[in-house]
Amino acid sequence: MFGLPRKLVVDSAELQRRFYALAREHHPDFHQAAPAEERARIEATSALVNAAYRTLRDPIARVEYLVRLEEGRETKEGDIDKPKAPPALLQEMFEIQEALAEARSEAAKGALDETTRATLAEQRESLRARLKDEETRLAGPLSARWDSAAPAERPAILAAFKEALATRAYLRTVIADLTETLDSDTETLSGETDSGIEGRHGSAEAPRTRGGMGGHIGAPHQ
Amino acid sequence: MSSRIIGIDLGTTNSLVAYVDEATGLPRVIPDADGRPLLPSVVAFTPDGIVVGEPARRQLARRPADTVYSVKRLMGRGFEDVKDEARYLPFRILAGEGLVRLAVGGREVTPPEVSAVVLKALKERAERHFGESVEKAVVTVPAYFNDAQRQATKDAGRIAGLDVVRIVNEPTAASLAYGLHRLSEGVVAVYDLGGGTFDVSILRVKDGVFEVLATNGDTHLGGDDFDRVLALWLLEDIAARHHTELDPEAMQELRLAAEAAKIRLSSEERTTLTLPFAGFTYRREMTRADLERLVEPLVRRTLGPCRRALADAGLSAADIDEVVLVGGSTRVPLVRRRVQELFGKTPHSQLNPDEVVALGAAVQAHILAGGITNMLLLDVTPLSLGIESLGGIVNVLIPRNTTIPTSAREMFTTSADGQTLVDLHVLQGERELAKDCRSLGRFELRIDPMPAGMPKIEVTFLIDANGILQVQAKEQRSDKAASIEVKPTYGLNEAEVGRMIEDSFTYAEADVETRMLIEARNEADTVLVHAGRALKQGAHLVDVAERAAIETAVAALRAARSGDDRDRIHEATTAVNRATEHLAEVLMDAALKGALGSRRATEILGER
Repeated sequence: MFGLPRKLVVDSAELQRRFYALAREHHPDFHQAAPAEERARIEATSALVNAAYRTLRDPIARVEYLVRLEEGRETKEGDIDKPKAPPALLQEMFEIQEALAEARSEAAKGALDETTRATLAEQRESLRARLKDEETRLAGPLSARWDSAAPAERPAILAAFKEALATRAYLRTVIADLTETLDSDTETLSGETDSGIEGRHGSAEAPRTRGGMGGHIGAPHQ
Repeated sequence: MSSRIIGIDLGTTNSLVAYVDEATGLPRVIPDADGRPLLPSVVAFTPDGIVVGEPARRQLARRPADTVYSVKRLMGRGFEDVKDEARYLPFRILAGEGLVRLAVGGREVTPPEVSAVVLKALKERAERHFGESVEKAVVTVPAYFNDAQRQATKDAGRIAGLDVVRIVNEPTAASLAYGLHRLSEGVVAVYDLGGGTFDVSILRVKDGVFEVLATNGDTHLGGDDFDRVLALWLLEDIAARHHTELDPEAMQELRLAAEAAKIRLSSEERTTLTLPFAGFTYRREMTRADLERLVEPLVRRTLGPCRRALADAGLSAADIDEVVLVGGSTRVPLVRRRVQELFGKTPHSQLNPDEVVALGAAVQAHILAGGITNMLLLDVTPLSLGIESLGGIVNVLIPRNTTIPTSAREMFTTSADGQTLVDLHVLQGERELAKDCRSLGRFELRIDPMPAGMPKIEVTFLIDANGILQVQAKEQRSDKAASIEVKPTYGLNEAEVGRMIEDSFTYAEADVETRMLIEARNEADTVLVHAGRALKQGAHLVDVAERAAIETAVAALRAARSGDDRDRIHEATTAVNRATEHLAEVLMDAALKGALGSRRATEILGER
């Protein structure tokens, strides 16, 4: 669409320039006098141009999109097998989550004590640093490797992408959980934070033939 | 039919209409017959008909229960959202489900109907200016308005007989007005603090493209809140010094006096507020420091959204090349100081902050009419949009700050066997749980019964260039045409809008003659109230003859007021004014002496 080579390492200034040109060409503002049908088509094209730019300007979104393309999926839907993160990471994240759960039940009784708070904050900082490293690796060397790889090498890099993306997703979830605990503590806990996944809202009013939405088909919630 | 498109700034406090002058290519505000550019966004529902603008504003203190102001803060909202602030509003807000309803002038109206009266007045102003009918408009809204608030604004346009061809965000409109000549290329932060709402937008201006990178704000923060904290502070002082409470009429006078004092304190270091109430005259000196101490927490509340917008744009304050100030409240020196501190730049304010949004709306209107082809505005959706799924979790389809138009598609399935009706709950907001987000509406999708998890329901969101959402849903396995019924949570349905359009003719605005008569009566009422108070407080300060003269004049005015002769009312009003002139002076003197007596001489000397 943007007339740029299909590579992961993109010249962002050039991308922006071409985006502006396309946005001009297809924006509904310049087609007000067109018949309704034509306007709807232009709006759809404009939405597509915007979505494409949003994906392409962000190096991580580019990788995610590439993985989807390589696997022949159109949307996020269809991630049947959960992305696999390295087992060591899973173990580590599990431990942090446990410590966090403990801290939360402590905090439910009163305030988070200073040492726990300091430990959690420190953990968050170190996870943030790792997240940044992971993202830099994805956007930098890994992306460059893909661009110069021979077709035979690609499946291996694709697998590395998927692992890195999964690692990133886990890191982000745990960082978000840590942040929630650290922040909610300052506004006094209301006992509302116990992981919140089980609906306390929703399906109660639903008779058998009338339920809520089932959510993504198998897609993980980030 | 004319293809002319006007630009309208539908403000909390004031509204304006503007157009681009073909000869100069510059946007211009259209003033009223008396040359006033601003139309106060005030609507009075009187027994003689509807009054809008300056005459309505002037009777705020006299008919508080039937005079609606700041209705923009109620647009697209429910009773629960506004009940805290309703305590401070003198007109009645009815409790109930769905969108807010007001009980004024003996009937029920919705905020879009009230806004429609303002829009209609602006439409007529434009029609008088051009000498032809005007049917299309670009209307601005706060960038942080959600879908329901935007929809309510569009509905208001329809009720007023205007085709709202585009809803534009106020800060972006302002950037267009500046962009014509005054902005060089780079990254711009627009800080827009109006009467009732606050927005901040970060834009990149390049090659004639105005690309919004991020926006944030608070749709319930503005100059109204400054006035309120100031009025409450004065109220406490009145209670302490005069041991009395104020009735709704007096409260309105206090609010208006607080607003006027706030405005004076933007240019002066200190000011005196004198309010003649029934039974006593309240007098108070206040300094700019007093005001700043009171509004500081409110000003600070604008800084969080600024930081969040910067973060969402992936920028830091140092990356901002220019800062633009918009909205009347940015005249407050404390606001300017805080903005300057945050961004580290002297903000732009060459264009009148009251007019710049309307000028920008006119520029966008001109772009849509084909008059400008080298400028393009790429705006974003301010809040994330999603669908409630199992467990009350929000599934985001379109994240905030996504460039619009945009679309997104996702697959969902059912959770119960044999489900035939799927309830799609559309939400807007940044929180993870549906109950913490804004409910926009519910869609019911009828499907064939299937085991749980079998149906493949494709949901498509499309946000148009107005920032308004359309939702489509389709069950793919049966490929059956989906029947969808939309139930807006805080909006009007088609039938209601249709009825309101009819109503707007039934309850037409009072005609010019009636309007002028109403104004004359209002003026007479004000003078009568003041004369009554003056007599009550100061009868002992003047001689018998003077008192008798005043009483005669007052009686004559009362008689004139009950008739329909506008000129006679005017004359009688002037006569009362003249008769009470001396008494008013004497009273003011007494009030001054009273105030001086309670203070130390050095304080007074120090002032001069």
